[in-house]
Formats: sequence, C-alpha cells, structure tokens
Amino acid sequence: MLSRTADNLYWLARYVERAEYLARILEATQRLTALPLAYVGTSNEWASAVATAGCASAFFARFDEANEENVTHFLAFSADNPSSIRSCFESARTNARAVRTALTVEMWDAINGAWLELKRYGNGPASREEMMRFLRWVQETSMLFDGSAYRTMLRNDAYWFSRLGVFVERADNTARILDVKFHLLLPEEEHVGGPLDYFQWSAILRSVSALTAYHWVYRDSLKPWLVADLLILNKQMPRSLSSCYSNLVSFLDDIASAYGRQGPTQRHARNVHTRLENSKIDGLFQSGLHEFITGFLADNNHLNTMVNEQYLN
Amino acid sequence: MSVAFDEMTLPDGSVRPAYSGLKEWLGSLPPDILDLRRREAEVIFRRTGITFAVYGEADAAERLIPFDVLPRIISKMEWETLRRGLEQRVRTINAYIKDIYGRRDILRAGIVPEDLIFQNPVFRPEMNGQKVPHDIYVHVAGIDVVRVDADTFYVLEDNARTPSGVSYMLENREIMMRLFPELFSRHRVAPVEHYADELLATLKSVAPLTSSADPVVVLLSPGIYNSAYYEHSFLADKLGIELVEGRDLLIKGEVVYMRTTEGLKRVDVIYRRIDDDFLDPLAFRPDSALGVPGLMAAYQAGNVTLSNAVGTGIADDKAVYSYMPEITKFYLGEEPILKNVPTWRCREPEHLKYVLDHLDELVVKEVHGSGGYGMPIGPRADKATIATFRAKVKSNPRNFIAQPTLALSTCPTCVDEGIAPRHVDLRPFVLTGSDKIRIVPGGLTRVALQKGSLVVNSSQGGGTKDTWVLDT
Repeated sequence: MLSRTADNLYWLARYVERAEYLARILEATQRLTALPLAYVGTSNEWASAVATAGCASAFFARFDEANEENVTHFLAFSADNPSSIRSCFESARTNARAVRTALTVEMWDAINGAWLELKRYGNGPASREEMMRFLRWVQETSMLFDGSAYRTMLRNDAYWFSRLGVFVERADNTARILDVKFHLLLPEEEHVGGPLDYFQWSAILRSVSALTAYHWVYRDSLKPWLVADLLILNKQMPRSLSSCYSNLVSFLDDIASAYGRQGPTQRHARNVHTRLENSKIDGLFQSGLHEFITGFLADNNHLNTMVNEQYLN
Repeated sequence: MSVAFDEMTLPDGSVRPAYSGLKEWLGSLPPDILDLRRREAEVIFRRTGITFAVYGEADAAERLIPFDVLPRIISKMEWETLRRGLEQRVRTINAYIKDIYGRRDILRAGIVPEDLIFQNPVFRPEMNGQKVPHDIYVHVAGIDVVRVDADTFYVLEDNARTPSGVSYMLENREIMMRLFPELFSRHRVAPVEHYADELLATLKSVAPLTSSADPVVVLLSPGIYNSAYYEHSFLADKLGIELVEGRDLLIKGEVVYMRTTEGLKRVDVIYRRIDDDFLDPLAFRPDSALGVPGLMAAYQAGNVTLSNAVGTGIADDKAVYSYMPEITKFYLGEEPILKNVPTWRCREPEHLKYVLDHLDELVVKEVHGSGGYGMPIGPRADKATIATFRAKVKSNPRNFIAQPTLALSTCPTCVDEGIAPRHVDLRPFVLTGSDKIRIVPGGLTRVALQKGSLVVNSSQGGGTKDTWVLDT
C-alpha cells in the first residue's frame, strides 16, 4: 500500500485512541475533585490532569494556574491545543478523508459522524451534566470506531498499520499516567494517608477503565503495587504495557510476513516485549519505578520513529 | 422565448410514454412522502460525505449538491440515438487530436483556422509528434447534452480534459434504489453500477505496450482540498486502485513509481484528475506542488499512459466547438448525429456584426474558461451589463462566441411549491479503450432549481437527478 496511506491510517487510529484517553482523564478528574478534600488531599488535580495528558508545558505557557474551567476547555475543546479532543477528532477526520479508500464505510461513518456531532457542542457544554454526557460520547465514539475497524476491515496491511497506531498510542497513554502518578504508587511514600491514596488509585484505574478489572484479577482491595502490576505487566489487562507490546509484536510480525522481511522495528518491539515479560513488579520497584517508566516512554517513542522510517516515509 | 419542451407533460396535458409510470406513481403517493424522502436523502449524502467544495467560499468548505428525488427518464429509443451520437462525437475528437499533434491534415484543408490551435493556451507543443499508446487521447469524455424538443439533442460542450460528476451518477442511483424500491419495480431501468468495471477495463486496455499483462493503474488527485476530491476517492475505491497524490509518485530512469510500504512499485497507467498545467513542474507550471517532476519525460518515453492524454484541451475549447460538425465530416465522412448549438464566431466579421446587433437575445461565452462563471445570459441581462459586454467583445472578438438562448427541456422537480418543471441538461460519460467504446446508459442530469433559471452548474445553485434509461 501507499506509504502515505499507511501513515494516515496509523495516525487516524492514534488520534481516536488519544481522544478517548483524554475523555477518561477528564472524567476521572471530575470525579476526584467532586470528593471532599479530606478524601483526596489538597493537590491540584486539574494540574495533574494536564500533566497526564502530556500537555503541561503548552498549557502553562498560556495559563498561570490550572482549574476546572480552563483545563476542561483546553483538553476538550481548545482549537489551539493540537491534542485536545476536538483537535484529535478533526485530525482524525482529515486523515480519514485522505484515506477514504482504505477505510470501510462503517469506520468512515464513525469518524465522520463524530466530526459532525462535535460541531453541535460548539465551545463546550454549559453544565457538568452535559459535560459528562459529552465525555461518555467521546468514549463511545472511540469504541464505535475501534469496533468498526475490528469487525469490518480486511486483515491486511491497512488493518495492521491502524492497529499499530492504537497500541503505540495506548502504551504511551498508560505509561504517561504512571509517569505522573507514580509517586502515589510507591509504598514508602507515606506523606499522604491511606484513605487519600485509595481514591487516587481508583482514579488512575478509572482513567484506563480498569477499576472493575482490578477486582476481578486480584480479588483484593486496592494496593499500589498491584495497581502498578495491572497497568504494566498484567497480560489480561488490555491497556497494560505488556499487553500493548504483545499486540505490537504480533501486528508487526503480520506485516513482516506479508512483506517477506523482518526489520529493525520488529526487533525493537520484540526486545521491549521480552523485557516486560521477564519483569516482576517488585523488581521494578526495587530498581526504580520512575526510571523504568521514563525508559519505557523513550522506547515507545523510538518504536514510533522506527515504524516511520521503515514503512511510512 | 418559446415555451420549453417538458419531458413528462406535452402542451395538451398528455403524459409522454416514458413518464407514464412515474406519473401514476406520483398520483398514488401519500402527501409529504417526497419531502420526507428528500430529507432522508440529504442525511445519507451528508453522512457518506458526498460533498464538494466551492472555491472562494470561506465556510462552505464542504457542501452538498442538492439532490432531486424525481428521476429524469429517457426512453430506449432516445438513448439509442444519443449513444450512437456520443460514440461518433468521441471518435471524431480522438481522430482530430491525433491529427493536430501529428500530420495536421485538417489545418492544411483549411477547415479549422491555424491560429485557433497555435495561439491557444491549451495547445501543448510538447505533444507535437508525440505518439500516445494505442493512438487514443481521450479515454474519458463527459459530453454535455441538452434537449430542446422531442427529437433534438444538442451537444453543448465536449469535456475532454478531466470531466467530473460520474460519482453523482452512481450515488444518485444507489440512493434512489434505497429510497424508492417500489418505483423501481414499476420500471425496467438499465443499470449503471458497472461503470467502475468499464472504466478500469478501459484504462487497462490503454496501458503502454511495454507494461506487464496486469498493468498497475492509479488515480492521481490534487488532494483533499480539491473540489472533486470526494469523487476521486470514490472512484479509486470502486476501481480498487491506489488514490495517489503527486508526492506519492517519483520518476527514476523515465519510469513512474509509487512509494509504498514495501518500497517502490511501478505504475503503468495514471488516471489523472489534475490539469495539464499542474502535472509536472519541470515541463509546465514550475510552481506546481501537485505534480510529479519528470512525469512528462516518462510519458514522452512511452513508459506510462496518462489518461486523458496531455493537450486534449484543443478539442473541447469553445472556439473549436463551433467547427465540430465539419470536423466530424472531415474524419468520418458522416453527418453528425448529434447537432451543435448554432454558434456565431465573433472572430468572423459578419458573425461579429450579427452578435453585436443581437446581444440582447444571445448568450455570449468566453472561448476559454469553464462553467457558468461570468457568462451573461443575454435576454436576462440588464442594459448596463450588455453595454459592458459589447465593449469587451469589440475589443477582443476572437475571445468570444455567441449562441441563441436555448429553451432547455424541463423535467418535473420537487421544489418548495410542490412538483414543478425545471430546466435540465445531461452529461453522459464516454469511455474509449483500445478494444472498444463503452457508455453506461444514462449519465448525470443536472437541474437548475431556480424557477426559470438555465444555469445548472452545481457551483451556482444547480442540483442533480438520477437519470433513467428505460430498457423496454
């Protein structure tokens, strides 16, 4: 297929995945800030949301402090923020238009429908209730798109490149939450009391839609190292780093076998995956959770670069 | 102006046979149903993204062409005449272009004036003596036809460069079949859905002789900002070929390749929807970012087919148009089956005099340029406009032709006040391959939605209709 088409499919999937993630962050933050201070402490959750979304520097270049109004607008509706939900949907649709021929009708319908619907929201909903509905809608749109891709696309390189986009973005998102919130997961950090952390942990899990999953997997109350285990190493958890890389390795292998050639991208993904497979969560804590996550974000970025160099240019 | 010929209802109130089924069906409908269907159609069109862009309108980046739910119906016999006439017209065009860039017999015979060719900006000296695969220049033609009475069809314009609109022909049919299954079951409508296969077969048949048995065909588009982008992506999809932009192609050793995820892949036929000017910055406009540097060289080396060929504009130019009847006789020795609209060439003194004396009853057109832009409709223009035009024509007569205002036929159309006659034209698409000429029965019917208006262009408030050719 055309390199440009593969590139568009890859980014289309990334943008949709990112929009969903932003919606989850906003939803979780909304919940957290609605709790009495005694349960969540005095940290600024809106600033933390901006950091988790990966746009702290762009945000603080514009605003002095983070509050519900400016963060919600910046992450959801701002046309100036290239990573807002609006910008993601617009970029996704631009990419989709450019590759109409590579999309199924259902996928196009999902993304074009979202883009049309987005116009109805204008500069943002008037009330928190409406905002909640909006955030649910964003997540449903992503699921509709993802489901359409899954159910209707031919299993060929177009599908595989689109999946690469999903999992590179998803791995990045999960790692980013861990990067911003890792201090809450460190057992030795006792500066905030148990009950405070409990709600923070559940907010993290909510951001990656893993709260219910946690209970099924561990049948235990929330423990920081288990939260970390779930998001980093657990193979059952579809948003864990390990699961993302297992998918990336498999889709990259599909591409390699269709094209008859393994390349540096395949080798790199396999290395990252093997490292995750061979890790234990206490080992990661001992050698430094933060260093591990920083290292992973760099590795994941590198994979993006390699996919670009090997296929998309 | 005389009363226009209505394709459904004769002046005595009787209904023409082709439309009897439609008339009966309309009588059986509950009120408001057409309006409901019209709104359904709009929702479907918008969701599918069948939009077009209007240049120079800020927010109208994506607009829908209004769609009229009442079909335009052509009988089998009428179509048979049209089909033969269209084939003849396109055979003429191909013979003529070949001659112009080759032996130039027609110029020596004095049938077409030389300056009309050599001083024409759409004449491409690069094509002089250039052989094109299978001697076919125009593989896809969109011949605009209008009707003035029960028997007479005129060719209004030959579009021999990059005619568009076929996606509407196909989508209109799809949507009609979805909205009105009952109406279809009452008629035997010749299908159009095989157009994509016919186009692909045509394009493959004109691949360079050096290409492999299964030539690689691509569609070259200027990209998503082009007004016809939807059509480009729609066609590429239906044909199952790559939709490429200039930046996806590159030339190596006078061979065209596209950049794919598996490396470079050779391209044999380019169905290009980019104007000549923008094809290759090395050969034509150096500021074109849409084209492919070196494409002309590869073309001249015979390693790729461009469809349509470069330089076909000399066939559909409005100045050349008026010579088409003579051109047909010259190459085919046949009388034209489809008539030309009587045309006065302002370049000829006695014609000019007539035109200046009758400006208020003629349509004056610039020889170059397309569509309805800046085209004064004589009888509807005010005095000041006519005066300005008189000066313009006088200062550069060669640049203008004039035609009588045609009473274009009308078809029943859904408008705000109910069902009313509106003027229509027809653009059938004629495909010329090395093996044969293919024409899908029907074409794109454009309709002027404003009462009395003769302007059917989508950029100026025109709409479209499904076009039915009856098979019985």
